[in-house]
Amino acid sequence: MEGRPHRRPSAARPGAAAARLLAAALWCCVPGAAFASGDAEAPPGASACTGCHVPAVRATSIPPIHGRPAEELAAALRGYRSGERHGTLMDRIAKGFSVEELDALAAFFAKPAP
Amino acid sequence: MRRRGFLRGLAAAPVASTLAAPAIAQAAARVVVVGGGFAGATCARRLAAAGIATTLVEPATSYLACPFSNLVVAGMRDLEEQRFGFDGLRAAGVAVAAQAASVIDPLARRVALTDGIVLAYDRLVLAPGVEIRLDALPGYDAAATEAMPHAWRAGPQTTLLRAQLEAMDDGGVVAMSIPANPYRCPPGPYERASLVAHYLSTRKPRSRLLLLDAKDGFSKQRLFEKAWRELYPGIVEWVPLSRGGRVIEVQARERVLVAEFERHRVDVANVIPPQRAAPIAREAGVADRSGWCPVDPATFESRLQPGIHVIGDAAVMGAMPKSAFAANAQAKACAEVIAALLAGRAPAEPRLINTCYSLVAPGTGISVAGVYRPAANGLLAEIPGSGGTSPLDAPPEDRRLEASHAEAWFAAIAAETYG
Repeated sequence: MEGRPHRRPSAARPGAAAARLLAAALWCCVPGAAFASGDAEAPPGASACTGCHVPAVRATSIPPIHGRPAEELAAALRGYRSGERHGTLMDRIAKGFSVEELDALAAFFAKPAP
Repeated sequence: MRRRGFLRGLAAAPVASTLAAPAIAQAAARVVVVGGGFAGATCARRLAAAGIATTLVEPATSYLACPFSNLVVAGMRDLEEQRFGFDGLRAAGVAVAAQAASVIDPLARRVALTDGIVLAYDRLVLAPGVEIRLDALPGYDAAATEAMPHAWRAGPQTTLLRAQLEAMDDGGVVAMSIPANPYRCPPGPYERASLVAHYLSTRKPRSRLLLLDAKDGFSKQRLFEKAWRELYPGIVEWVPLSRGGRVIEVQARERVLVAEFERHRVDVANVIPPQRAAPIAREAGVADRSGWCPVDPATFESRLQPGIHVIGDAAVMGAMPKSAFAANAQAKACAEVIAALLAGRAPAEPRLINTCYSLVAPGTGISVAGVYRPAANGLLAEIPGSGGTSPLDAPPEDRRLEASHAEAWFAAIAAETYG
């Protein structure tokens, strides 16, 4: 449980101990609290992609990318970068990354969403 | 109420004469985020997801989003569709303090809230957004905003401007006063002009829209001007700085905009005044003489106060515009930086993306995008060859698709931030 708050013991007030227990329980229950180290492995730009491509939002004109095959994502991104693939927007975004960076993003999003 | 108890019991202590809080506050939430907009809410959520004790300080019980609020102005959307609450953040483990931050002590690393509670922090994130300046344009004070709404923060001002447009007779003149850079949402005034022109062309076709601009150029200019020519001929007139477009005084009661070469008496006036970082940024000592907050582009840490990160519209982000998309992207990158710093790791260099969609008519969209990284000049710079606007000659199908993407983007960012 990396990053869990360290709490110094204190006898300042009777309710504090109970509150401390409650707080510990709350932080233990946070979904995804343990994937902080996973975030550190996210390649450059990955966190910006989810401004549009959010796993929870489906059935819109923006296609989902989480959990799609890495080869498929990499081919699409490389195509946008080279101009071989037509996009309304992704062609302009992909040109801000090297081919290697795009492949790393493809591999990252191919993993199931947390 | 349980979380309230948690705040009071652990993260909080009453303010004494200074912010010298007792030792119990040392064990407080490690990161405090001030501001519940797209920057602050996103950052708080990401920090909590990384297992870091995070308190979001936001006095409002819900947030009214600006993106898509131009549709509200033009009568095509309800203001309530812009409203988002903080229950999603609470469920994600963020402690939400429904208070404003009143005093920040960067040396002691403590924030005092208006109710007297003091929060200690290891890292503070300020995402306070902009202050709509009521001291920068002669005649444009708080009373003037009732006669000439700015509608540059979603809420009562938005519906006031809409009501004024609806009450205007056909044949009237609507004017917008548009500020010099920098300000929140660079293409926003021109999207608003497009949608107001659409409203006028369909409901009050003898009316005119006058754009009085303190600049000689603007975001997506060729795309907007093409749309105005093709969709709203004879309605929109843009007056740039060099032709006397800068408004130097307003007379709110008479509905007069005094521009450099001419007085304009109009029927509806939308005055978007100059802006600066919200007052808490000055209180914290992170704003410079420009009124904005310079930051290290790799960490978003203030250049003026260590331990305080500034993200979103209040910060100086170099080439990156002040937009909701940018704020959300900076927030996630900032959360990654803070998680690394608290874990004793060196943060990775951020790579940021911005995308701003604008509607030139309902169902017709255009965009500008960019990819950014820290540059040698100490600012975020656009990566050469990346980004740019939608093509001027894009087929109608792409314009329709971009309008759909705009809606899909708003659903996505709202879900990621508040859902």
